[in-house]
Amino acid sequence: MALASPLVTAAAVAAAEYPDLVHQYRVTGVPKTVVNERTEILGAVPETEFVRQVVGSLG
Amino acid sequence: MNTRTPADLEAALADLAAPVRLLFFTQTFGCDTCVPARRIVDRIASLSERVTVEEFNLVLDKDAVQAYGIRRAPAVAVVGEADTGIRFYGVPEGHELISLVDAILLVASRDSGLSDESRARLAEVDEPLDIQVFVTPT
Repeated sequence: MALASPLVTAAAVAAAEYPDLVHQYRVTGVPKTVVNERTEILGAVPETEFVRQVVGSLG
Repeated sequence: MNTRTPADLEAALADLAAPVRLLFFTQTFGCDTCVPARRIVDRIASLSERVTVEEFNLVLDKDAVQAYGIRRAPAVAVVGEADTGIRFYGVPEGHELISLVDAILLVASRDSGLSDESRARLAEVDEPLDIQVFVTPT
């Protein structure tokens, strides 16, 4: 997704190494995706649906 | 990507279509995982003449930290002809190692590999999207 748009940044965060971030974003299971600090997507979601949810979060 | 076994990944790295820079952000103190992370990044780079590693310090190299929006160490920014916005935080091991190599292959190919529907949606994005995916190595 980051490759498909210059406005998208995508970070993979090793949850075990950043307990403060896990706490901040209330990560109780992985994968958990946080978009623009607010929208949350839980679990593995098929690509098209994932992109729809991420882009849709801009409302 | 169908390249999943370590042997496939090594072969793909050795045959990279374009140069890829791995910008490694480290921290001198309070970062037990920075050294093992750097070791893995170096190992990946050793598999391809077109993958290079540049090290930056999270505290000292403020310009690079700001330019690439780096928040923690260890971090890797995957950069092709231009920055891609792809970042990895933590030691890239297990699934994350595969993901990092996949990211390198994608950046070198300059193709997201996404469906036409996803590409169309992303083409309409007109404000920043900051995606963080929390993962575990196993």
